Amino acid sequence: MERIPILRMGSFLLVTIQVDMHDRLALALQDDLMGRIRETRARGVLIDISALDVVDSFIGRMIGNIAAMARVLDADTVVTGMRPAVAITLVELGLSLPGVRTALDVERGMKLLTDGTQPPDQRGRRAR
Amino acid sequence: MGVERVEHLPVRTDEDLVRARQAVREAAVALGFSLVDQTKIVTAASELARNTIIHGGGGDLKVERLREGARSAVRLTFVDRGPGIANVEQALRDGYTTGTGLGLGLGGARRLMSDLSISSRPAEGTTIVAIRWRQ
Amino acid sequence: MPEAAPTRLPDILGRHQQEILDDWLKLQAETFSRRRDLISDEELKQQSASFLQGLRSAAATDLDPRGPAWQGVRDLLGEISTSRVRQGFSPSETATFVFSLKQPLFARLNRELASDTRALAEETWTATRLLDALGLHTTEVYQRGREQVIVRQQQDLLELSTPVVELWEGVLALPLIGTLDSSRTQVVMESLLQQIVDTKAGVAIIDITGVPTVDTLVAQHLLKTVAAARLMGADCIISGIRPQIAQTIVHLGVDLGDVVTKSSLADALTIALNRAGWVVTRTAPGQAAR
Ligand SMILES: Nc1ncnc2c1ncn2[C@@H]1O[C@H](COP(=O)(O)OP(=O)(O)OP(=O)(O)O)[C@@H](O)[C@H]1O
Ligand SMILES: [Mg+2]
Repeated sequence: MERIPILRMGSFLLVTIQVDMHDRLALALQDDLMGRIRETRARGVLIDISALDVVDSFIGRMIGNIAAMARVLDADTVVTGMRPAVAITLVELGLSLPGVRTALDVERGMKLLTDGTQPPDQRGRRAR
Repeated sequence: MGVERVEHLPVRTDEDLVRARQAVREAAVALGFSLVDQTKIVTAASELARNTIIHGGGGDLKVERLREGARSAVRLTFVDRGPGIANVEQALRDGYTTGTGLGLGLGGARRLMSDLSISSRPAEGTTIVAIRWRQ
Repeated sequence: MPEAAPTRLPDILGRHQQEILDDWLKLQAETFSRRRDLISDEELKQQSASFLQGLRSAAATDLDPRGPAWQGVRDLLGEISTSRVRQGFSPSETATFVFSLKQPLFARLNRELASDTRALAEETWTATRLLDALGLHTTEVYQRGREQVIVRQQQDLLELSTPVVELWEGVLALPLIGTLDSSRTQVVMESLLQQIVDTKAGVAIIDITGVPTVDTLVAQHLLKTVAAARLMGADCIISGIRPQIAQTIVHLGVDLGDVVTKSSLADALTIALNRAGWVVTRTAPGQAAR
């Protein structure tokens, strides 16, 4: 079965969703991510959805689940690049993804993760 | 009201759901809906199609492109022979679910479309007609 | 009084008003069965009856459909035409409402005047002339209505061009001016969200200083925009909420929740700059010289 690739960048995991995922694929991604967080002891997960032109309640819920489960594993989650039309639709649907951090693009998302998980005075010192 | 084009799609598997979203997107694009409206329509379709699979045990979708003078619309009809919805009002309420979902699908789809009507009989199945007009 | 009863139309219409109406409605139901969703049977019936009644009394006085005796009928058709445009009928469909009376009316004339072919020809001609003129009248009203719509749309467009300005790198401002209705708000908000993507601005200020009133729907649109912007990764600040509007919002029971609001654009800008990572320092005149 096809799977969404998960990239590792230092202490963070990066996922770029580029296809209209069917539900099994989304669930597999959720499982894979949890496995990788444990395995790599990642401190943050960045999910870029700038290529997605629909996010329904299922994918929305998956994103919420990932954030909640990652938090349990002491990792932050940032979702980046949500398109305006998708955002408007999710709000109309009633899904506001509380507890999920967001950023306009991957670069800012990464910054949010680095800033958020490392206090400025320790930046660069904490070895992993 | 002129039906310009009709498509019938199965709604049974995950892959069907993806194809249904694509077919609905194509119809919405062809009818000239704005990007935001396309997104709303496809999302509503996705919610209803998933309900057809999960709660209705699978069924069919009819996608119709309607034209009427300067107005156009997309009409989605989901039919299944599943257990039916005993209490439609309750099912439409946000947060009501008999499964593991958030219970946002049905109520959300109604907000995303111009009109949504449900006819259902316990043990016989459910038919949901959702329409969205383009002004 | 003009020449005494130059036509027998009013008489025939009067004696057979109900039958003609029934036949006409039946015909319309057949012709327009596809349009049932646009107009209710009740409304159609009422419009048809009023028109028939007006036709009868106007024709009793005068046969010039442009004359004063026909004012009432023209007004009625004007109303019908305007409401049908709103209901989504095409202009030719609306004119057909009038033209379709010919068939039942002619059938009735045929029966009534069967023995007098000359009178039949004359009355048929009179009725044709009247109904054609009245049908065209609906088209004219439609045309005028359209011109008005175009003028209004041009005005709206001007208002809609409310520019989203980049106040500072990473800070957008949307100064809203004038009355907000739900559809305008929606368009403006969509363009704000698009601009956030285009300029990669992390903070957007929606300034409503120039907005006289805010109703529930508009307030909800504002809140939805703030929520959508957050999902995209941008912060929104609403500024310029005057006391009356704040009161209305509370009164409407709209929950501003954790939306950041500021009473002035300047206050909002301070926060926005801060969020965007800017530190603004003032160099006092004396210091600069030192
Ligand atoms: N086609 C259907 N057949 C039978 N029951 C249905 C059908 N569609 C919806 N329902 C019932 O209506 C309830 C509400 O549906 P809704 O889509 O709002 O929520 P959900 O599917 O449970 O969760 P979500 O869509 O948020 O993941 C469902 O839990 C189910 O009981
Ligand atoms: Mg559902």
